[in-house]
Amino acid sequence: MKFTIMINEGPYQHQSSDSALQFARAVLAQGHEIFRVFFYHDGVNNGTRLSVPPADDRLLQKEWSELSKKHDLDLVLCIAAAQRRGIMDASEAERQGLDANNIIEGFRISGLGQLIEGGIQSDRTIVFGD
Amino acid sequence: MATKKFMFVNRKAPYGTVYALESLEVVLISAAFEQDVSLAFIDDGVYQITKGQNTDGIGQKNFSSTYKALGDYEIKKLYVEKESLEERGLTPDDLMDLVWEDEDDDWAEKPSIILVDRSEMTDVLADQEVILSF
Repeated sequence: MKFTIMINEGPYQHQSSDSALQFARAVLAQGHEIFRVFFYHDGVNNGTRLSVPPADDRLLQKEWSELSKKHDLDLVLCIAAAQRRGIMDASEAERQGLDANNIIEGFRISGLGQLIEGGIQSDRTIVFGD
Repeated sequence: MATKKFMFVNRKAPYGTVYALESLEVVLISAAFEQDVSLAFIDDGVYQITKGQNTDGIGQKNFSSTYKALGDYEIKKLYVEKESLEERGLTPDDLMDLVWEDEDDDWAEKPSIILVDRSEMTDVLADQEVILSF
């Protein structure tokens, strides 16, 4: 079965990203396909490489990044939500005239159409949020 | 591209959190994909479409007029849960006059709001293919 996963909350404050990560791993372990993971609202904060949690805590952004690398996942941050919250890739930072970018490897920034397309193309769309 | 039944479930008040505003942004994008789109308003979500919203005191944009434009995007099924209205002391008269124009009926304005009770809402939700909840 083909899944699209939507994550609407940032890491740490809410459990959404943890639950979605575990769900994604379970989906892949059972041989299903993940068409796309779409991050919206504060969920775009799952795509920063500048998080530094205490050493005994999980680093969620890195876990997503590594899962993406291992399974060639398409991790998409909503551009409108990312712009509001200061999540930038190099080209977007340059376009906005900003002095830095902070996206972690394995993620890309794109539009909301990617979410709708995910819903159309997938057998199931699962939302993790409050 | 295939056509699917998309439902956007709105459960939160229009202000206080950004869910309602950003949900509306997804709804508008979905219209460009020519999908069978409907919206549900339950719990505090019913406040999103109340009349007379005024954000002067909170320094935020009043985006309530955007709901009035949904009909122009062929989004004309807004399911509102009766119990959620009643629990908040609201009646259908407290809601904005949201309409769509029927081109097969000389562009007559028709109401977009469909009042349903909780069990009917369950049936509407069960009938969907993609549900995005905000």
